[in-house]
Parts: sequence; structure tokens; C-alpha cells
Amino acid sequence: MHRESGAGGACGDPAQGEGMMHVPQELLYTKTHEWIRREGKDVVVGITSHAQEELRDIVFIELPKAGNAVKRGEPAAVIESVKAAFDIYAPVSGTIARVNDAVLKSPQLVNQDCYSGGWLFAILPGDPQELAQLLSPGDYTTLLTAGAH
Amino acid sequence: MDYAPNTDDQLDDMLRTIGVSSFDELIRAVPAELHRRAIEVPAGLAEAEMIALGERLAGENRSLKDTASFLGAGSYAHLIPTVVDAIASRGEWLTPYTPYQAEASQGTLQAIYEFQTMVCELFQMDVANASLYDGASSVAEAVVMAHRTLERPRILISEAVHPHARQAVATYVSGAKAVVQEIPTVNGVTDLEALGRAMRDDVACAVLQQPNVFGCLEPMAQASELAHRHGGLFIASVYPVSLGLLQAPGAYGADIAVAEGRCLGSPPAFGGPGLGLFTTTNALLRRIPGRLAGCTVDQGGRRGYTLTLQTREQHIRRERATSNICTNEGWLALRATVFMALMGPQGMQELARLNLDKAHYARERLLTVPWITPAFDQPFFNEFALRYDAAMKVEAVNRTLAKRGITGGHPLAGWFPGLPQTALWCATELVSKDQIDRTVETLRGVR
Amino acid sequence: MTAEPLVFERSVPGRRGYRLPAGDVPQRTAQELLPPDALRATPPPLPEIAEFDAVRHYTRLSQRNFSVDTHFYPLGSCTMKYNPKLNERIAALPGFAWLHPLQPSAQVQGMLALLHELEQHLCAITGMGAFTLQPAAGAQGELTGLKIIAAYHRRKRRVRSTILIPDSAHGTNPASAALSGFSVVQLRSGKDGLIDLKELKAKLTRDVAAIMLTNPNTLGLFERDIKTIAAMLHEQDALVYMDGANMNALLGIARPGDMGADLLQLNLHKTFSTPHGGGGPGAGPVGVTKALEEFLPLPRVRKRGSKYAWQEQNRASVGRVHGWYGNAGVLVRAYTYIRSLGAEGLARASRVAIINANYLKAKVQDAYPVPYGDHCMHEFVATAKPLRAHGVNAWDLAKRLLDYGCYAPTVFFPLIVEEALMIEPTETESRETLDQFAHALLRIAEEAKTDPDLVRRAPQRMAVERLDEVRAAREPNLRWTGPRDFSPEAADPRATGGRKAA
Repeated sequence: MHRESGAGGACGDPAQGEGMMHVPQELLYTKTHEWIRREGKDVVVGITSHAQEELRDIVFIELPKAGNAVKRGEPAAVIESVKAAFDIYAPVSGTIARVNDAVLKSPQLVNQDCYSGGWLFAILPGDPQELAQLLSPGDYTTLLTAGAH
Repeated sequence: MDYAPNTDDQLDDMLRTIGVSSFDELIRAVPAELHRRAIEVPAGLAEAEMIALGERLAGENRSLKDTASFLGAGSYAHLIPTVVDAIASRGEWLTPYTPYQAEASQGTLQAIYEFQTMVCELFQMDVANASLYDGASSVAEAVVMAHRTLERPRILISEAVHPHARQAVATYVSGAKAVVQEIPTVNGVTDLEALGRAMRDDVACAVLQQPNVFGCLEPMAQASELAHRHGGLFIASVYPVSLGLLQAPGAYGADIAVAEGRCLGSPPAFGGPGLGLFTTTNALLRRIPGRLAGCTVDQGGRRGYTLTLQTREQHIRRERATSNICTNEGWLALRATVFMALMGPQGMQELARLNLDKAHYARERLLTVPWITPAFDQPFFNEFALRYDAAMKVEAVNRTLAKRGITGGHPLAGWFPGLPQTALWCATELVSKDQIDRTVETLRGVR
Repeated sequence: MTAEPLVFERSVPGRRGYRLPAGDVPQRTAQELLPPDALRATPPPLPEIAEFDAVRHYTRLSQRNFSVDTHFYPLGSCTMKYNPKLNERIAALPGFAWLHPLQPSAQVQGMLALLHELEQHLCAITGMGAFTLQPAAGAQGELTGLKIIAAYHRRKRRVRSTILIPDSAHGTNPASAALSGFSVVQLRSGKDGLIDLKELKAKLTRDVAAIMLTNPNTLGLFERDIKTIAAMLHEQDALVYMDGANMNALLGIARPGDMGADLLQLNLHKTFSTPHGGGGPGAGPVGVTKALEEFLPLPRVRKRGSKYAWQEQNRASVGRVHGWYGNAGVLVRAYTYIRSLGAEGLARASRVAIINANYLKAKVQDAYPVPYGDHCMHEFVATAKPLRAHGVNAWDLAKRLLDYGCYAPTVFFPLIVEEALMIEPTETESRETLDQFAHALLRIAEEAKTDPDLVRRAPQRMAVERLDEVRAAREPNLRWTGPRDFSPEAADPRATGGRKAA
């Protein structure tokens, strides 16, 4: 996730810690705060709880078209809050298999249920080796507690 | 004249508060070799002197108040109710900033919301933005929007779209991977067959103007249908005052409809500032350039207004903005809002009818001049093209008219080399029957 | 302040706000002159109100605005100075306002003379060789400048596709660059907030077409190394584009042309006092060196003897960016300003602007530290970070300032300063106003400690409290479609109507 922001500085309550962030153990992660779940041949992608907290109220989501090719590390979707727009990166290369229409109608799903109902898109991976390069839940937790954004 | 209130004494005291002994210490970072104190412009003028200068320069121009003008060709002079100036000259309308701090800008934001609503009502479209720079750049922005939305490379644009709009399109797309193809006209209107042949699956949009640059009415519904047949967008460039009477772009399926809106409540002002009107359908809402004012509620449940969908804009998206625009023509939009509110449905319809009557009378009378014939045989609103016999050069005819305080029709040969000896005449409600009759009389006397 | 309904809610069928003159030519019917499918079925459904309804409504609405005429606007990089009434009077003269752009030059010599002279004055003030007055705003000026940059390199038969832009730049800079087909490479500012020469050297590849920078930069600091920076770019035959938004710091002090700028866009609605109008119109003339003059948009005003005429032909020109000749109405205002102030007045304007800014900085910097620079030019960037310890951020501060009767400074920009407050008082503010503003800022810093909730709930004294921007974005309501019913209930947004889901 990469943020371009107008007036969306780190506005949250500084007293709020990050150590209690929920990191589901059955998923894989990226440095840019996407999560990945294997579902049959596909990998389903969404953003983590940390990411949606930073984004705050999500107002609009731009999803890729099914059938589009995507490359690992390149922007595949855009999530907008009122004051900022964020790129969501494809964690692996491949083709978009399907997208979650529900979040187009109700962007707040991503805030409310980011690991399940708030999934974004599914990729049919081109190179299964790339999956090995994703972060484990442990690595992602380390990333969060180290404060790296 | 000096508008900085602080006296030298006060400034000296302020320097002490800052903790420096002279102004030069504050600009130490400026390299000495760049320092340049003297500005090579004339000494300042007191107010009375400036007024004298301004009036002298203005006096060297022949304004539309001093002449009977038949000029249109993309800039139309209409009546402006006194109330428009009275309201618009208030400092609270003229001097605020862009309404980013919504709570301090509810006047401006509500006015924009009203403006957006009225433009939609006039155009019969779903969404209007808070305005763009002018009509020509609005056409260009519409083309860019279609190109980026559909990701198709070809743009079709009628040669009867105003040349300035076509030039703006060429300038705007020169950085993108788009190709512009002009569709020819036949007897003063767009050649629908040629348009049909040019429409393919790689066409992002077709652009037509209503009335077109020759004043002729175009077959907009058919053109719209042709564009849609291949999944392209139909873009209409329209004339707001005509919409009191003429069919609205929403009714003939325009996906994007734009216009030069200065004619709604602002004087021609030598062509600028303009007021770009920009409307589209709900389906394309997220791709629209420019500002949008939206209605919402505040924390106390009160209705309020705010700029919205700003993430499309430059100050957030930077290089991925839908456009780089960060002004709208707020003050002219306010004038247009007051204008449309004063006119209402009946006023807009009557205004359009007045124009229709004046122009049709003028054309009828002008055609009684032996060396004048119609250039085209098409229905028109308030503008029409006339052909002069070979012996009568348009510029020479206009010079004769100018001696009588009349500004004649615009020679089209500069824009359309295939139309020599052709002049574009426009009659709005500002020309009187007497002025029309006098013009015809003068022309009859020309050999 | 009581609510003001929408004009549509004041509408009463049959009311008219303006009476048109009777037609003096034979009346025809639209049906006899135009084909049926060319006519609209019903008149446009605009509101129906009386003249006095309009006057009341739009006067009352105006009172819900802050404006320069009524309030202090310390907005950094916006130069919200007094908009002289004299400018309005001159621009409204029928000899300027009621000119048609296609009138033959013989009929508009006074206007052409004004435009020509304005170009010359802008050259003298900025040190550039030639100007185009066409661009309608700063952003359009940037677009024009970028087109010229592209044309320059095309002429030299090479493709240069990168523009270097400091991370402190205005958002329009990268947006304009992208629109023009360039890719943007960001330059990280140095520790002193200025362009880092080592960073510049590293990113100055053969693919660089130009650099876009502002001087003084958005921190209000003068780029000391500007001549070196320009030399580095010129050595590769790349161009220097200067964003002239901060020109109010330079009048009578230094000229962009002398600094090595090849292109410069000015914002007449900033330094040159033309009014902002609630969002426009502005004007963004672009100056260039003599070497780039041939690329300027057409047409241009030329003087031959004592007569003025339009030059329409020039193959090298980048084309037209404006429908006509630019925002003539705005240009007349700027001309009036320049002639009114004259050499002395213009120089004094920058001097006082700089003193005012440093004075204000001295008064607030203990509570709001200024991370970069010792002295500033016409603006400075402070941080509201100390307030964060109490859960108050720069946005809350901005809203609380409204309660104190001051418009907020620019917040969260430039991005390189956390909780940034970009403050530019301009020269037309009195010392008393500056003292009041400083006092308000310090009071709010105190409030943040003792009653942070008060600040977070601000504003409380305006027509509305904080607005639900999330709802505005999720459920866009961009036009009124509700009932035409003037009753208090209809004005309540929680009632039905007025919402058309997009």
C-alpha cells in the first residue's frame, strides 16, 4: 500500500498502540500491508487491519477488471479515503480471476471486515515461486512492531 | 498607491522583535549578485491618475455599447440583469479563497451546489462540476476523459466544432497516445455518413457542436446513436442560451456535454475569463475533472456543503489526478447562478425566442441585399453564414459598416479556407430592429 | 446563524426575477423555424423566484463566507492580499468589459496596448525575455510551460521523458507533468529543506527534460544554490522551469530570469492582487527566455510603429491553450495593480511581506517550532506537532482558528514537515492583525493542553460544525432533486428528497 495524501497525516490517537493488532495466522503478507489467502488455484488479496486503520473511513475503491494481467509489486487497485488515495499492490504476478463487487457498493466493508467480506480481488498466479517470497505471519508481526510503515 | 498598511516606524519596531537590525539580514540567503532593487516599470499612480489612464485606454476601444454588433462565432453578448452585478461585486463573493475550509465557505459551497443543479437542469444531464476554465478547454477535458476512461486511441471531432476547441483538443492530447480525426461537413452540417464510416471499436468519442460553428443545427440524436453503436462516448458542445428552446444534450444521449457559459450573466470581456460548463452521466461520475460541491450533514445534523470526491484532484493524486486543474471560475459561476435564478424557466425560454426572432429577421432582411446569398440552407438558432458576391470582400464590407458604428459578420475564410467570401452573422437580443434595418440599408448602398 | 434554504426551496410557480424587453421584430414560432426534434419539450426546470427573493437569498448566502474583505487569510503560497477596488472599476469599464474578441484590431487598440505593455512590465519585474498572457490559471501555465519544454527537445530531435520535481513542490507540478506525458522523478530535499545538490546530481540523467522548482520554495526559503542548480541543468541542455507562485517574495529583490530560469509561470491572483472569486478566475502568464520565445502560444500582440496587431502565424508555437487571448478581465486588473503601485510600491510590497512573515514567525515559533531555516522570506512553515501530545492535530487547529475569526493557514503541506502549517501573511495585513493572529495561535496551543476536546470539536461558532465528508464521498449528493417546497421541514436534510444516488 502506498499513500498519496492531502490532509491525511498520521491523525490518529497517539496513545493507541500497535502491539495488539490482529494478524491471522493462516494468511501470508506483504511489506505493503496486503494479505494473501490461497483458495484453490487462486490467491485472494485484501488489506490488513493495520492498513484499514491507517486509511480510516474508506469511501471508494477502484478494482481491476477480471482478465487483466498484473505484475508483482505494481499497483492493481486504488482505495480512497476522503483525503487520500492509496495504491494496493499485486503481491504476485498473474491474471485477475475475479473481483469483490460488494466492496464497490459498500466500501466500508473493508474497514469492518478486512480479512473476509472485505477481500478485494483474486489472482490466478503465473509463477508459484513468487508465493514463497511473501511474508509469514511472524515476519509481518515483526514488521508491525518494528514500526516500519 | 501603496496597500501595505504598516508604517516605516512600525516596520522598524517589528525588525527589533524579529531580532535583526536591518531588512537585509532577512534576505541574507539571496546571493549578492542576484540582488536587484530597481524594478524597471514606471512610477506608481494615484487613484485619480490611474482612472484617467484606464479611461483613456478603454476609450481607444470601440465597445459593444457603442456599436451595433453582429459578432458571435463562439462569444455571445447577452443582457445582464443589474442584480447580477450588485450581488457579485460584494466582497464576500469576490474575495474568498477556494472553499477548502468548508465551515468558512458555506455561502460559496451552497452557491456551487445550486450552480451544479441548475446546469444539470439546463442540460438535462446527471452531474455537473463546479466549472472549468472555459468552453474550449472543457471540450478538451471531455476528450481526455473519454480517452482515459475507455482506453481507446481515436478521437472523432466534427470540423464544425469551433476551431478554438479543436485546437485545444490537439494541444491537450499531444502528450497522450491519441489520434484525432476530423469529420467533414456537407452543406454546413456534419456528414453523418463520414461519421458512420469513421466509427470503430477503437474510437473513444465523437464530438459535435450544437449549434455548430456555422450556426447550423446538427443531427445530434443520430450522431449520438452512431457513437454508441461501437461503444464510444458522445460529446456535445452546446450554447447555454439556446437551451431555453433547443433540445438538451441529455435528451439526445450525450455522455458528456460542455459549453462556454460566460453568456450567462457575464460580459464578453474580450474573450476571458470564460466559464467552462461540464456535465456528464452518473456512470462517468468518478472520471469527471474539476471540483464538485456535495451536500451532506454536519455533526449537529444540520445540512451543509463541502467539496467532495477530491481524491481525483491534483493536490492529492498529484501525477495520477484526473486533471491538473485547481481553479474553477467560481466568480463567473456565481454570476451564472444568479442569472439563471433570475431568469427562471420562462425567462430562459423567452430569451431564446427573442434571439431566434432577431436572427431570423436579420437574415431575411440581409438576403434582400442583391450581392448576398445564403451560405447554407439549414435550420439555425441565432447565427447564420452569408456568402457575398466576388466583388465584395468581407473585410472591406466590414470597414464600411464600421464607419456607421456597425460591426458586421466575422469572415470565415481564416478558419475555413474553403469558405472565402463568407461571413458569420449573429443577432442576439442586444441588436434592435432599427440597427438591423440600418445595417441592411448601409449594405444596399455599398457597390 | 440560521440555515439558508436552497434557492429551489424558495421557488414559487409563476414568480419571475427579470423582465426581458419586448421584441421589436416580427414574432415567429419556434415550430415554424426549427424541426420538432430540435426543440425541448418543456422549458428548463430552473427555480422561479422574484428579484427580491434573489437579492435576499444571495446576500444572505454571502454572509456565510469568510473572504479577504472580511477576514485574515494566512494561507501559505496563496498570497491572499487585499484586492483593490480600483482594479474592479477599471476592469468594468465598458471599453474593456464589452469588447468582443473578434473585433478587428483597429477597434481594440487600447486593449492591445494594455496587453503589450503588461507583457513588458512582467518581463521587467521577472527578468524573463517574453511572456504569453493566455493561460487561464497557474496550472494551465504549467501545462503551457511543459508543452514548450517538450517542443524544445523535439526540435533538437531527442526524446527526454523525465521531469525532476522536489518533494516539497505543489501538487499541480507532478499532475501537470504527467498530463503532458512526462514521468516524474522526485528529488528528496536536503536536511536544510533545500534542494540537495548531491541528490540532484544523482538523478540528473540524460533523460531529464527539465526541473520544476519554486524559489523561494514552499518552506519560504530561498534556494541559495539556484544558479548552480540552473547551471547543472543547462550543462545537459535541460531546462529550468520555475513555479512563480512565490513571486511575492521577490519583487525588487531578485529576478527569476537572472537566476537561470528558462520558464516561469506567474499567478496573477496571488502576487498581482486579482481577486480569488471563491475559486477563480485566475490567470497564469508564462515567461520564457528569448531562446524559447518562438514556442509561445499564439496569437501574440505585436507593435508596429504606433499600432498594435495580432501575430497569428508561427510554426514553432505550441498552439493555443485558451479559447481566445487569456483572461483579459483578470489581465486588466493586474495591469491596474502594477501601474498603481509602480516600481516603488512593488518593491515595498515584497519588503513588507517578508518583514510581516518574519515578525509573525518570531511571535509564534516557541509554541509552533519552525524546523527549517533561521529567517524566512514571505512565508514560513511551522509544525503543530507539539499539540499532538494532547491528541490535537493541525486540522483541529485550523478549525479552531475559524472560531477566532481567522481563516486557517495551509495545513499538511508541504509534505516534508509533519503537521505542517504554512503561513503567509502578505504585506497588506496590519501589525495589529498579525498580533491578533499570533494571540489566537498561542491561545489554541493552551487550549490543546487544558481542553483538547474543545479544539477537536471546533468550529463551534460558524454556520455549520464539522461536516461528514465520508458521507459526502460515499453517497455523492451533487445536485438538488427534491421537492420544491418552502417549509422548514423540507429544509431538514434528514427528511426525504434531495438525494439521487450516483
